[in-house]
Amino acid sequence: MLSEVKRLVMPQPEQQPAMIEFCNVRYSVDGERDVLSNLDLKIEAGETMVLLGRSGCGKTTTLKLINRLLEASEGDVRVEGRPVREWDPIRLRRQIGYVIQEVGLLPHFTIERNIGLLPQLEGWPPERRRRRVDELLQMVSLDPAEFRHRYPRELSGGQRQRVGVARALATDPPILLMDEPFGALDPLTRAEIQREFLALQERLGKTIVFVTHDIREALIVGTRIALLESGKLVGTYSRAGFLSSGEPAVTAYLSVLRAGDRATES
Amino acid sequence: MSLLDFFYSNRAEIWMLTLQHLWLVGLSMLLAVAIGVPLGILITRKASLNRPILGSANIIQTIPSLALFGFLMPMPWLGARADRLAIAALTGYALLPVIRNTYTGIMGVDPGVREAARGMGLTDWQLLWHVELPLALGVILAGVRVATVITVGVATIAAAIGAGGLGEFIFQGLAMVDNRVILAGAIPAALMALAADFLLGWAGRRLVPSAK
Repeated sequence: MLSEVKRLVMPQPEQQPAMIEFCNVRYSVDGERDVLSNLDLKIEAGETMVLLGRSGCGKTTTLKLINRLLEASEGDVRVEGRPVREWDPIRLRRQIGYVIQEVGLLPHFTIERNIGLLPQLEGWPPERRRRRVDELLQMVSLDPAEFRHRYPRELSGGQRQRVGVARALATDPPILLMDEPFGALDPLTRAEIQREFLALQERLGKTIVFVTHDIREALIVGTRIALLESGKLVGTYSRAGFLSSGEPAVTAYLSVLRAGDRATES
Repeated sequence: MSLLDFFYSNRAEIWMLTLQHLWLVGLSMLLAVAIGVPLGILITRKASLNRPILGSANIIQTIPSLALFGFLMPMPWLGARADRLAIAALTGYALLPVIRNTYTGIMGVDPGVREAARGMGLTDWQLLWHVELPLALGVILAGVRVATVITVGVATIAAAIGAGGLGEFIFQGLAMVDNRVILAGAIPAALMALAADFLLGWAGRRLVPSAK
C-alpha cells in the first residue's frame, strides 16, 4: 500500500513509457501443441508483474518473447509501443536487463569485467565504467573493494545472483526481465535477497517482469500477478485481489499457501 | 661406428633435415588452424554443415598417408612441387582434430552463460570473441596438440615423395639396411613429437585457468 502511494506521490522516472503489451500472442514449436495461446497482457511502466504458474505453463516462454530470445508464432508483442519484430534485436536486448536462475556470469571475467561488459560494448570510457561498477555493487550490498577483482567461482550463490542483478542494471535499462532469479538460493539467502530486491525496486522504479512458481515469492515481490495455466492467462490480480479470488486456479495456490502456514504453526 | 658417433659426425645433415621437418609441420599446422578453426566455428552456427564438413575431414584422415600423397600428385599446382604436395596432405590430416575440437569446445560452453550473454544483447561476433572462444580455448588447444603430434609423424612419410624432412634418413636407412641411419631420422622425429606435445600442453595450462 505504502509503495503504491509513494509511486503516485513521487515524480515518475524520466524514462520512455516502458510499457509491454501482448496482443493475442500464440507460440508453438514446429506445429506441435501451443505453448502459449490467446495471450493478451499489458504491463504498465514502473510495475512489477509476476508471471506465476506451474512448470510448463508458458511463463518463461512469455518472458523470452519480450526480449526476442523467442519469436511469437502469431500476434504482436510490443515494447514501448513498437512491435518487437520491428526492433533490432540487439538494441532491444540492450534496453532490457535479463536475470536468469543460473546467473550465467562469464567465468573467465572478474566481477568488475562481468558487470562492466555491456557498458564496455556500448563504448563507455573506463573511468565511467569503474564508477558505475562500484555504484552497482553497493546497490546490491556487495563491498566493491572486496568483490571487484574476484572471480565468479569464488562467490557464493547469493553473491553471484546479486552480481547478476547488478550486471542487468549496468546501463540502467527501463525494463528488467527475471526468470526465477532466486530459485536456486537457500531459503535464508532468498528471503534476504527478496528484501533487498524490494528496496531496490522502490528506489529505481523499473518495469519488472518476474517469473516464479513460488506463490509466496509472487506475493512478496509483485505489484500484480498474472496467473498462467497450460499456456493461457487465467487472469491478472493485485495482491489483495489474488488473495480474495474465488477462481479455482487461484484457490489451488491459496490452499497450498495456507497448508504451508498450518505446517509452521505447531 | 657407434650410434652416438654416427649422430655426431652427421650432425649437420641431421640438423638440416630437422629444420626441414619443422618447416613442413609448422606451415601445415598454421594452415590447419587457419582453416580448421573457422570451419569449426561455422558448424556451430549452421548445424546442417556439420555432417559434410566433419565427414570430409574424417574421410581425409582415413586415407593412408602414402596413398594421400599419391592422390595429390597429379593435381595442378599442388602436385608440381614435393613440399607443396606434402604440406597440402599434412594440412588435410591435421584438420579433423582441429575442426572437431573447435566444435565441441564451443558447444561445451555453459548454456546458462550463453543465454545470459545473448539476453544481454551481445551480437554473434561479440558472443564468439568475448565468451565462446575464450571458454573453448582449452579444448581447441588440445585438438591442436593432437594434430601437431600426428603431423610430426606423418611428415616422416613426406620424404617418400622427395619433400625432405627426417623421413629422408629413415627411408635411406631402410634401403641401406643400416639401423644407425634409420635412428638418425627416427629419434629426432620422436623427440620433436614429444617436445611439441609437452610445449603445447604447457601452453594450454598457462593460457587457460584450471578452475572455471
